[in-house]
Amino acid sequence: MTLDRKVSFFEGLRYKGGGPMLAWILHRITGLGMIVFVSLHVISSFFTQEMGSDWAIAINTVYESIYFQFFIVFCVLYHGINGIRIIILDLWPRMLQYQKEMTWLQWLVFVPIYGLTIFIMIQKLITGG
Amino acid sequence: MQTRKIPHPGWNLEYLMFLFTRLSGLAFFLLAIIGVMAALLMGARYQMDLGTLMRWTFFPNPNHVLDSDIPDVTFGWDNGFWQIMQFLIIFFGGTHGLNGLRVVLEDYVHRPFWQIVIKLLIFVLWIFMILVAVFVVLGS
Repeated sequence: MTLDRKVSFFEGLRYKGGGPMLAWILHRITGLGMIVFVSLHVISSFFTQEMGSDWAIAINTVYESIYFQFFIVFCVLYHGINGIRIIILDLWPRMLQYQKEMTWLQWLVFVPIYGLTIFIMIQKLITGG
Repeated sequence: MQTRKIPHPGWNLEYLMFLFTRLSGLAFFLLAIIGVMAALLMGARYQMDLGTLMRWTFFPNPNHVLDSDIPDVTFGWDNGFWQIMQFLIIFFGGTHGLNGLRVVLEDYVHRPFWQIVIKLLIFVLWIFMILVAVFVVLGS
């Protein structure tokens, strides 16, 4: 069971998996990002609600920061859109030959939605609305 | 590197969680669409900004829309229907997320003993998270 991979980190970076590999690694990173956010938020709201703890309220400042919000919007949107691609490919495995094209299509769907959201967030940040 | 085994259809954890991940993934879209459409029908367009609407869409908790121009949250935004929606999102979200964490961790931990330890830890975390979240929903 315990096989050594014998692949260094930098060799791993050189692996030419292309778009689909980037989608796979981003799916993991965005999923873990959401676990971090949801866990922090559940714990913080529980202790704020039940005890009104100061440290629980302090956790809020982590994810109320605008940078964390850019990140979490990326996580939710990317994970959701990539998830749809995975479900489509699992339901119709014959589509797997168009995997690369679907990954591009996925970015084509993702970029406008994410861009518009970020645009509105920055606009609100600047105008303070 | 050892690749993951393909889950074979049947009553085993890998295949059931494979199915559950896909189905709950689709369920999130359905739940979010119900949440955002109901909010817009209740007048969210003139009562809140995009951030507040998104918070409500991800988790329809009345605390998420307190920071808006809704005159009275208890009128439509705070009732049993939304509590059931929140329980569904917690159950699907917690199970989907922690199963995902298990899948990621098992890719890096190969010894059977530690894999069992991870499974147990994540099971305990799953129960704990759902109980805490149920407390939050009932208390808010």
